[in-house]
Amino acid sequence: MNTTAAAPPVTTTAETAFRRPNYLNAAYGVRSWLLTRDHKRIAILYLISVTTFFAIGSLFALLIRLELLTPEGDLFQPDTYNRLFTMHGVVMVFFFLIPAIPAVLGNFLVPLMIGAKDLAFPKLNLASWYVYNLGGIFTLWAIIHGGVDTGWTFYTPFSTHYSNTYVIATALGIFINGFSTIFTGLNFIVTIHRMRAPGLTWFRLPLFIWATYATSVIIVLGTPVIAITLLLVAVEKTFHLGIFDPALGGDPVLFQHMFWFYSHPAVYIMILPAMGVESELIAAFARKRIVGYKVVAFASIAIAVLGFLVWGHHMFVAGESIYAATIFSVLSMLVAIPSAVKVFNWTATLYQGSISFQTPMLYALGFIGLFTLGGLTGVMVATLGFDVHVHDTYFVVAHFHYIMVGGTIMGYLGGLHYWWPKISGKLYPAFLSKLAALLVFVGFNLTFFPQFILGYLGMPRRYWSYPPEFQVLNVLSTAGASILGVGYLLPLCYFIWSMRYGKDSGDNPWGAVGLEWDTTSPPPTENFYTTPVVTHGPYEYNREEVHNRMSQEVTLG
Amino acid sequence: MAEHVTSRKVYFLVFAALLALTLATVLVAEVDLGVFNDVAALTIAVTKALLVLLFFMHVRHSTRMTALTAVAGFFWLALLIGLTMADYASRGQILPYVAGK
Ligand SMILES: [Cu+2]
Repeated sequence: MNTTAAAPPVTTTAETAFRRPNYLNAAYGVRSWLLTRDHKRIAILYLISVTTFFAIGSLFALLIRLELLTPEGDLFQPDTYNRLFTMHGVVMVFFFLIPAIPAVLGNFLVPLMIGAKDLAFPKLNLASWYVYNLGGIFTLWAIIHGGVDTGWTFYTPFSTHYSNTYVIATALGIFINGFSTIFTGLNFIVTIHRMRAPGLTWFRLPLFIWATYATSVIIVLGTPVIAITLLLVAVEKTFHLGIFDPALGGDPVLFQHMFWFYSHPAVYIMILPAMGVESELIAAFARKRIVGYKVVAFASIAIAVLGFLVWGHHMFVAGESIYAATIFSVLSMLVAIPSAVKVFNWTATLYQGSISFQTPMLYALGFIGLFTLGGLTGVMVATLGFDVHVHDTYFVVAHFHYIMVGGTIMGYLGGLHYWWPKISGKLYPAFLSKLAALLVFVGFNLTFFPQFILGYLGMPRRYWSYPPEFQVLNVLSTAGASILGVGYLLPLCYFIWSMRYGKDSGDNPWGAVGLEWDTTSPPPTENFYTTPVVTHGPYEYNREEVHNRMSQEVTLG
Repeated sequence: MAEHVTSRKVYFLVFAALLALTLATVLVAEVDLGVFNDVAALTIAVTKALLVLLFFMHVRHSTRMTALTAVAGFFWLALLIGLTMADYASRGQILPYVAGK
């Protein structure tokens, strides 16, 4: 019924693969990209934008680590340093970590994984990319004119009263960017509800789809709150209305309530999609069904809901009532349960699996280790007494980098390496990519593990100088950051290289199951030659036909 | 799925009601009701929001999924306000021995 092109055999040899019409060679020229409505092309546009912002954010991180190489504040003025860590946070959180997996991998994969031709609202999808860049331009404008120094958290009364930097422009940039995130989330929710292929019931969906769905719900319910909160900051700053200023009848802690109501769940906007990628990778490279599929699926929903009930744990020492603090502490620990369930289920899936250590799998295994460490230290800082000791120290900095970088970026890179043959139809160098994965893992730990110790010893965050006894650990951290930097540059180089010089990957180089692998690589514009009909659940590596096909696959690396 | 068509008369009635309620807001603001100032203003505001939601935004005749989505939005708003108020209501109350008594 939905046949859109003459159907060639789905599995073909690598040489013929690239001559078939696909979404990349369907049209050429700048116009065909900037006005595209193809979710796959929009994913590529997002990949370029998101990578640009990641590079800008990394540059700020590099400057921060250079300053902290020595105890004296010798490279920058303290004011400049305040701007550096603020803009590192703003760019990385709002313009990289939040959109990275949903807007790049989600955009590319959601329709493919559910057997649809595109997202429900293709024009809205393209609009979201433009809105994202508009918000980015506002923020870049603020950066070029001197930046902001409030920290990415914009705490009042500093942001509303004392900061003379570009608070309003940056806040507006984030406000605008919020709409692009909402567009994407809304699009995913409608698509997953309405456009699944015949036979694709909810419990036959891949876990990446469940995770993306849960993320979209958080996005749609949470993002309006941060948008309005930052708008209120701009309003108070411009018109001197008493919202957060006690002198005018406001309350500065109200800002923290509203800010963290979104910004704690925002952590789950970053980590849930990475968890979804993780499930796909573990299943594909252990050749097994994910143990406790339904439990893992519902754990995503549980995290999405519980994640909204814990924000007060950021305000234990901000004058919050001790009764509210106790409730928030208990609720925060509850979120550890669904997160731990996922970790246990992934490790249980590995048990007796036939594991192959391809590059994406290295990222997947790294993710488990780093996320576990980030999660467990999260339970530590959720404890009232311990938090008083480590609040605003490097312990907290290390904790959230283990979640955001160790979790989200590992998931993002693992996913990019896994689906790169699907996206580009090309293979990247096996040895070099494994080396990069190793560098990322080692570099990351060397950067952030010393910060746990620094924080525990009492080094506060957000200072440009420190007592000399902290230098050794800071040097280790800076050394780690340089290794991490190389680990990030390598994939950038060989991905670009592979587009021109890489070997053709064939349709399914990993021998993986899933609707996205049932079509050609790269897929045609309409994704499938005939609408797929689904008769079984995901990850069925033990089915006979899958088994036969796998034995014919070329192995990589 | 048959779309429900709301008659023009209903739209005008709802619009008239919204105008009347706006007028009520202004008039009530002129009278000092003490603690009931906020109660009165919020009751009128919520009534107006419900009218817009049910008639102009068609939730009254939509699927249960739409209604559920709308309810979820309000539930999340209740979470935001409820837990924030839990802080404000008990702010500054500390156990006697902590206060040093
Ligand atoms: Cu939090």
